[in-house]
This record gives sequence, structure tokens and C-alpha cells, in this order.
Amino acid sequence: MYAVEITNLTRRFGEFTAVNAISLKIKTGSIYGFLGPNGSGKSTTIRMLCGLLAPTSGDATILGLDIAKDSEAIKHKIGYMSQKFSLYDDLTVIENLKFYAGLYSLSQPEGKRRIAQMLALAGLENRQNELAANLSGGWKQRLALGCSILHNPPILFLDEPTGGVDPKSRRMFWDIIYTLSQAGTTIMVTTHFMDEAEHCDEIGFIYNGGLIASGPPSALKSSINGLLLEIPTPEPMELLAAITSRQLPYLDIYPFGANLHVLIAEEHASRYTPFAANLISPSLEDVFVHLVKSHRKEVLA
Amino acid sequence: MIRLKALLIKEFIQMRRDRLTFVMMIGFPIIQLLVFGFAINTDVKHLPTIVFDQSLSQDSRDFIASLTASQYFDITDASTSYQDVTDHIQSGKTKVGIIIPPDLSANLKHGQSAAIQVIVDASDSMAASSAISAAQMVGQLKSQEIILNRLQGYTGKTFALPVDVRIRPWYNPDFVSAFYMVPGILGIILTMTMVMITSMAIVRERERGTLEQLIVTPLKTHELILGKIIPYVFVGYAQATVALLVGILVFDLPIRGSLGLLYGLTSLFIIASLALGVLISTLSKTQMQAMQMSFFIFLPSILLSGFMFPREAMPLFFNWLGNLLPLTFYLQILRGIILKGVGLSVLWTQILALVVFIAIVLTISIKKFQKKLA
Ligand SMILES: Nc1ncnc2c1ncn2[C@@H]1O[C@H](COP(=O)(O)OP(=O)(O)OP(=O)(O)O)[C@@H](O)[C@H]1O
Ligand SMILES: [Mg+2]
Repeated sequence: MYAVEITNLTRRFGEFTAVNAISLKIKTGSIYGFLGPNGSGKSTTIRMLCGLLAPTSGDATILGLDIAKDSEAIKHKIGYMSQKFSLYDDLTVIENLKFYAGLYSLSQPEGKRRIAQMLALAGLENRQNELAANLSGGWKQRLALGCSILHNPPILFLDEPTGGVDPKSRRMFWDIIYTLSQAGTTIMVTTHFMDEAEHCDEIGFIYNGGLIASGPPSALKSSINGLLLEIPTPEPMELLAAITSRQLPYLDIYPFGANLHVLIAEEHASRYTPFAANLISPSLEDVFVHLVKSHRKEVLA
Repeated sequence: MIRLKALLIKEFIQMRRDRLTFVMMIGFPIIQLLVFGFAINTDVKHLPTIVFDQSLSQDSRDFIASLTASQYFDITDASTSYQDVTDHIQSGKTKVGIIIPPDLSANLKHGQSAAIQVIVDASDSMAASSAISAAQMVGQLKSQEIILNRLQGYTGKTFALPVDVRIRPWYNPDFVSAFYMVPGILGIILTMTMVMITSMAIVRERERGTLEQLIVTPLKTHELILGKIIPYVFVGYAQATVALLVGILVFDLPIRGSLGLLYGLTSLFIIASLALGVLISTLSKTQMQAMQMSFFIFLPSILLSGFMFPREAMPLFFNWLGNLLPLTFYLQILRGIILKGVGLSVLWTQILALVVFIAIVLTISIKKFQKKLA
């Protein structure tokens, strides 16, 4: 039922707590999006799950295997793509693939078949003999993905696979992720892009090492109480100052691109009619701005 | 097995692509040998020599002939005065002056000792010490001959000296220090490259992030370590072969013992050095640290192994410390086989020491190398 179960997973580096008592579950076959600002502990969490870092405390199981005790058995079942390109720049595309096929002990006809599949999947058939160093960002990422799923892992951990990649390559990459997910692979993926997050079955939002919200995107959005107004304006900061100085009631207010977003209680809707405000349904970004703000208030309070 | 094979193929491809490093690894021994072999040639031959022969006798001519025959002295000038000799040496025209007293023959005839003066330009200490020791040797040999002749003259019988007191520099009859140096340099070169290469190779993967990807695969620690050692055994052998060829072709190094045995035992030393490199790489986080730790091994290897200074003359503690270095034993093996022609029956302690060293260092490395990042 659950491919990954994490309870109170914690990792400290000296005094600093990078991951603080995170608990979450990932349904088998689903795509779990892991979101959070820079340095919030996403990579550290994934590294613990992949056996690269030992947890300071807490437990996690992957397909029922304990990450502390069964780390070697887990290695056969997971694919991992690190945030930083970690294949060999001085090997060609095909040499990298052959190398990883060997490390996963793929026997001969099977190995060849899988390598051919990966080349097709990544669209790299015509660039087999190019050095990995000469590939641009998007191609590199697809090669890295290919190497990490050669052995058909039931669980795949992708750490910011689309960081620094152009929009077209991002789309291609997500198409591959969907294909894998439809074939039954459980995927945990970190990202900074909200549009990517929308495509996940479930999202976890991590902030300062703690998981502050999780659930399907729709559930997270409906967790916001009140009405969200969007006021188009060339100067959001000035408008924000104007509204606060007039002491209009609001639950939350923040600039959002070329707009000002105001979250208000239903009964105050009439107070905002002069601003030509549109009533909108919150995007995930609104949810996260809201979550971070209320989390900070909690911490301060 | 499939995993190890994949790793080996990858290492060989990378080695082949990195031409510069490969050329350096082979070029390094040649250059080092030539530089060291010629520069540290502590025996200086063919010293320009001036002779002031006041005796002009058969005895003096014999003595001069022996000096020339030793090859240490080239008689370039004959002199007629003391002053002339000192002038020559002071101006640097000759390095050695030999002054034979007028009463040489008379003294020898009357059984008195004869004093031959050897003046040496000691500003070049290497030349000086080699001239002095060569002259002393010639002198002693000559004296023995004379004593022997005299005994024969008295008794009319042929005598052989009951004890042969000739100083015969064993194993290196010519005092050719290149003979002594070349095996040592071979050992030093292997230590440097082998330790450095492996220590850097693993740390580089750590720094570049490729190790992270290796760790999440089912690759075992010992496979990873073997994969880093085996390819470089070949490099070590290439270096050893090049070094020996240079030794033989350039320095006329004789291989008195079994070349097969030499090659076989070289593998032990190469593996020991590679293991040391692996250990360093498990202890260091950056290539810089690995480099520094490698140097931490080199210095004692040069100073304490017997490469530079005879181990017999070392204080007990340093002598003992030298026993922790694989080079100490390899030098004994090298010099033993190359210069003395000895075999397994003599070298088994050194072999045992290397095997124990490899076993201990590799065990610690595998234990210490956690398949974790931090
Ligand atoms: N090996 C380490 N030693 C010390 N601190 C570390 C180590 N690894 C990570 N950290 C710290 O832990 C915190 C979380 O890092 P992590 O890489 O998990 O963040 P992240 O959410 O992946 O960020 P990003 O979006 O930038 O990738 C950061 O402040 C980082 O500096
Ligand atoms: Mg990260």
C-alpha cells in the first residue's frame, strides 16, 4: 500500500538540524512532490532514504525494508538521481549506460535491451558516442535518469531533476516521469516549480527542516479559509501600503507578480469592491506563501 | 564479478582518455632516473690529477700506473715543483695533486714506510672523498704487493697472504653509486605514483559527486577498492619496466638475481603502495588533503627506508619507524635481487612483511570506507 513510510526522521550536522522529525507516507505507484525553499532539507531527506546519509534519529522503511538495517537490499530496489550531475563526464553516453548496467549486474541480452530502451526513452540514440561532458543540461539529466532506472527500480528518487533545464526539456522529462508512474513506479521528486508540483499526486512542503503541510494539491488549496482576491496593479507594494494604512480588514496580504493578493474573511468582501479585485481560487504558490507565513507566526508566538 | 568487471572497464577507459596523466606516469620514471642517477652519482671518476714525481723510479711509475688503472685519476699534468702543484689545484685546473717523495724507492728497499702525499681540492666534497678513498685503496693494495714481494725476496719462496685483507666493495665492486641508486629510485617512484594515484582517484570521485551515484548501487566496498587497485597494478608494472630498462641501458645496471622473482615481488610492493593510497583516500575529504597525506608518507619513505641513509646508522626509534614503510622492505628486495643476486631463501622476511602490511592496510581501508557520504 505504502512504498515509503517515514517516521520522525531527523538528521543533524553538528548543532544544526537539517531535517527535523519528518513523518510521511508515499502510496505505491504515486508521484510524491517534495517542495521547499533552498536549504530546507529536501536533499538531506532523500539522501537518508537512499542510504547515503545515516539518520540521526527516526525510522523509515522502503517497500518494508528498514533504511538502517537493510540498506544493501534497498539498493537493488531504488533508483536515485542526485541534484548535481553525477555521471562520468569523460565517458560517452553509451559507456555510462554500460557501466551502470554492469553495476546492477544486468545479464547480457537483458542489459543490451535495457540500454536500448533507455537510449530511446532519453532520445539519445543518435548521440551514443558523445562524451557526457558535451551534453547540455536537459540531455544530461535524461541520461542520468536513464542510468538510474536501468535496473527497473520500483521506487525512484529524483532530486531536482529539472533544475537549470529549459522548459521544453522539462516537459519531456515530466512525460518520462508520467510514463514510469503509469507503469507502476513510485516516484519521489523534489522541485522548485509550482507547475510541476501541480502534477503530483501528493505534495509535501518542507520548511526549515520540518514538514509543514502535505496532501494532494487540491486538498492543500482548499485548506485555505477565506476568499482570495487578486488586484492587478503595476505597483503592488504601494497598493499594499495604501490598504494597510486605510486599516482595511484582511487575513493575509502579499505581492504576487504584477498583482496584489489579499486573503479576506467572506464578510469583508464588500470592502474591496473599489479595487476592481477578482475572486480567484488559490494556486499552490498562494498555499505555500500562506503556510510559510502562518508557520513563522507560530514560531514567533 | 559483473560489477567488478564494469568498474575495471570504466577505469581503463578513463585512463586511456586521460593521455597526459598516462604519459606523465611513464615519463616520470625516465626523467627521475636520469636526473637522480646522474646527479646523485656520489662516486666521481676521472678526476684531473697532477703528479709531482720526485722519485722517478720503477716503484713510482708502478704506483702512478695503479692510480690511472683505478679510473679515478686522470693524470693530466706532470709537475716539477711543489708550488706548481698547489697552483694547479688552486686555479681548479686539476682536482688532485699527488706528490711522490724522492726517497720512495730507498725507503721501500729498507723496509721503511713510504709517505705519498695526496692533495685534494676539498671544495668539491664528493670528488674529495672519492679521491681519498681511491688513493687509500691503491696505496694499500700496493703495500701488500710490496710486502709480499719482499717476503718472497727474503725467502725465495712464493707466498700467498694468509688473509686477504683487500677491501673489496662487495656487490658494487666499482663503487658505482648509480647501481645503488637506481633500485632505490625505482622504489621511490613507485611509492610516489602509486600512493598518489589511488588516493586521488577515490577522493576525486567524492569531490565530483560520482561517488554518490556509486554508493546507491549494489556495488560492494571491496569491489570498489579492488576496482581502484587492479588497473594501477598495470601502471606500476609499466613504470617498473621502464625504470629497469633505463637502469640497464643507461647505467649498465646488472641484474644478478632472477628477473622473474623481481617482477613477482614488485607486485607485492605495488599493491602495498596502492593499498596505502586507498587508506589515505578513505581518510581525506578533498584532493588537497589526499595530496598532503601522500606527502606525509613520501618524506619518511625517502628518509627512513634506507634510500638515502643507511638504516644501520639510524637511532633505534627511526629504524623501527622505517619498518612500518613498505619501501623499506622493497628496497631490500630490490637491492638483494639486483645487486646481490639473492633469492627467496633470503628475502622471505621482507615478503612476509609486505604481505602482512597489505592485509592490515586493506582491512582497515574496507572497514573505514563507509558506503556513506558523511
Ligand atoms: N554534509 C553536510 N554538512 C553540513 N551541513 C549540511 C550538509 N548537507 C547539507 N547541509 C545543510 O543542511 C541544510 C539542508 O540542506 P539540503 O541540501 O537538504 O537542502 P535542500 O532542501 O536540498 O536545498 P536546495 O533546494 O538548495 O537543494 C542546508 O542548510 C545545508 O547547508
Ligand atoms: Mg537539494
